[in-house]
Amino acid sequence: MKKDIKVALIGNPNVGKTSVFNALTGLNHKIGNYPGITVDKKSGTTKLNDEVTATIIDLPGTYSINASSEDERIVLDLLFDSTNEDYPDVAIVVAEIENLKRNLLLFTQVKELGFPTILVINMADHMEEKGISIQVAALEKKLNTKIVLMSAKKKLGIQELKQAVLDYKNYSIEPCLNATDVDPTFFGKLALTFSNLSVFKLWMIYSQDITIGNIGKKDIEAKGIHLSENEIKKLQHKKTIKRYQFINDTLKETYTRDTSKATGFRTKVDRILTHKVYGYLIFFGIMMLVFQAIFEWSSIPMDWIDEQFSNLGSWVHEVMEPGKLTDLIADGIVPGIGGVMPFIPQIAILFMFISILEETGYMSRVVFLMDKLMRPFGLSGKSVVPLISGNACAIPAIMSARNIENPKERLITILVTPFTTCSARIPVYIIIIALVIPETRLFGFLSLQGLTLTLFYFIGFIAALVSSWALSKYIKSERKSYFVIEMPNYRTPIIKNVVANMYEKTKAFVVGAGKIIFVLSIIIWFLGAHGPGDKFEHAEEHMAQVHQGQEVSEEEMSEYVASYRLENSYIGILGKSIEPVIKPLGYDWKVGIAVLSSFVGREIFVGVLGTIYNVGSGDENDEDGRIKQKMAAEVWPDTGEKVFTLASGVSLMFFYAFAMQCTATVAIVRRETKSWKWTIYQLVFMTVFAYVAAFIAYQLLK
Amino acid sequence: MFEFLFYCLLLQCELNLNKVNTTLDLLKRNEKGVIADFDMHKVPLKLLEMGCLPGNAVELLEVAPLGDPIYFCINDTHLSIRKELAREIVVSLEGDLK
Repeated sequence: MKKDIKVALIGNPNVGKTSVFNALTGLNHKIGNYPGITVDKKSGTTKLNDEVTATIIDLPGTYSINASSEDERIVLDLLFDSTNEDYPDVAIVVAEIENLKRNLLLFTQVKELGFPTILVINMADHMEEKGISIQVAALEKKLNTKIVLMSAKKKLGIQELKQAVLDYKNYSIEPCLNATDVDPTFFGKLALTFSNLSVFKLWMIYSQDITIGNIGKKDIEAKGIHLSENEIKKLQHKKTIKRYQFINDTLKETYTRDTSKATGFRTKVDRILTHKVYGYLIFFGIMMLVFQAIFEWSSIPMDWIDEQFSNLGSWVHEVMEPGKLTDLIADGIVPGIGGVMPFIPQIAILFMFISILEETGYMSRVVFLMDKLMRPFGLSGKSVVPLISGNACAIPAIMSARNIENPKERLITILVTPFTTCSARIPVYIIIIALVIPETRLFGFLSLQGLTLTLFYFIGFIAALVSSWALSKYIKSERKSYFVIEMPNYRTPIIKNVVANMYEKTKAFVVGAGKIIFVLSIIIWFLGAHGPGDKFEHAEEHMAQVHQGQEVSEEEMSEYVASYRLENSYIGILGKSIEPVIKPLGYDWKVGIAVLSSFVGREIFVGVLGTIYNVGSGDENDEDGRIKQKMAAEVWPDTGEKVFTLASGVSLMFFYAFAMQCTATVAIVRRETKSWKWTIYQLVFMTVFAYVAAFIAYQLLK
Repeated sequence: MFEFLFYCLLLQCELNLNKVNTTLDLLKRNEKGVIADFDMHKVPLKLLEMGCLPGNAVELLEVAPLGDPIYFCINDTHLSIRKELAREIVVSLEGDLK
């Protein structure tokens, strides 16, 4: 008996596959990458009994193994390539009671690949209320497999499923129907080409133009098989019809549904959610709720985390001996990381909403509502999901664009998604809004600051739409667009799934951003605490000379020295050299450094400013030394005017709204589009656009 | 193609003869019919795989507020497609059979 059984978890979207995965593995997830592509490879382990464990690979949801999108391609690649390290010993196909008919199509295909295939029928706890009854034993016999009735939500059937996996060697690996008899002559010929592969695999190689081992479509053609595209399509259609005939016949005998039990709940809710007035109002309302929640609810944990980091910096100075290392930790690393950690609550809240909207089935209604609106911009309703997810983070959003089959729509979606307001912009917006927008409430309840944030979300969204319209005129389409989406039934979201999703996404953000911030904090601290030549080294003497004969308190003097030192540090020199370029936008060289560093990732803006000002103040124990006060107090040395005014603040927000300041996104775009050309176009276009918009904003408001 | 037509013909005989053929995009809300035929070159395989096959009953559930796409139920599956695709799918109305 093997100690570790490899299990592939396969299923249609919306059947609760993720719930089954979570129920089996708990939070024991590992997120990895498939070689060469960016779709997350989600796997987890579970103990089947005292000796045997199972590694479960959660494959992307798919309706069929005929791949029409990249997500589905992954399923195909894994199930076909027996040399793949994740090639499963057993396949679990997850189905659900209400859509069993459609779910079984995928089952018959997977089974035909020659795996022991366990059929899980999920949501079995709802059978009675929906008036469904299934003759399990008869169905098992017809499908020639093991069936497990399950409710991942109510935690029913998990033990049975584990036992079924343990027994995988007992199950038949024969297909449950012979789909080749739609054209016995052709398939007979095909089978003779390579006798080491099954006729089904050969057909998949041929019709999908894939390669298994070293056999590809060309090798089969070389053996005298020739079909036109149309003939292939015709056979695919015939086989699908054949499969459905088998499924319909099978279910006729084993599955009954008492239609009098239908409640019409779905119909009623659909009527409201897709209503021409209520539908859009509800969508708009939900979006408003989400943004208000991000801004208002998260402020309590945010302030708390902020304070902890502030205290931590002081604590380090108290406890450790004065020196370079202490400075590095207290002034470099702690404020750097502390500038990002407070935003965890916001990211978590946003992903909570997104996963709830997906789990309930509402997302599909959004696609349905928005499709016609998106079309003029060269997009489909499907682009709404990446564009909305882009409001959390462009990286998963761009990856979610894989579900768009049409290459043109997909490319446009990828190119414009970074315009939407990702969570990394929130730290920048929030601190700027807090500085330059008054804390008043419109009509007594609408926070003006919250409203400004909402406005910037819209600005991002509109920028995305306008540029996609322009792109749709420019990019040529090769393939006709097909818009086929499933409208799943409404469901109560499963808390465990929502939490798992929140945890994964937040972790990815923190780990991803954390690494960059850690390194950058050290670099920036170093650049700020060191400088070339005499001016930096002898700052005290220089200042003493300059202010000779003036009445200067000791405190004032030390501030002069600190700021003189920063000006002559490496970072000051770097920032000053770009000042002519950024001055028309209203930024001084300190802001310039933060803007420049933000090209690594926007979220470090606040952290960098924190480091710069902390290093500059020379007084770490100051209770009021928190970043916002420092920013509010910043003035131009020549005029004495404030650096952060309405004009420069709005200009900064515009710059952050449009500029492509995220190396991780650039990397993802490159991998997803497989084109440097588009990646560089995007980077240059967005940044130039940002500069122009910020310039106009500053000059108008100045 | 011929198979579909043949299948369709069979259906015509099986059910009653005073049926009207229309296309899926022209159905009214809550109107039911049976998929009769479609041009396989214009209909993606994915739609078939989702259960949109000749002989299956179809009911139009909703039309999006802006007139497109449409939302229907076929073979227990709830799908949304655009009208340009729905136009390719011939539906025979059940008429009095309802």
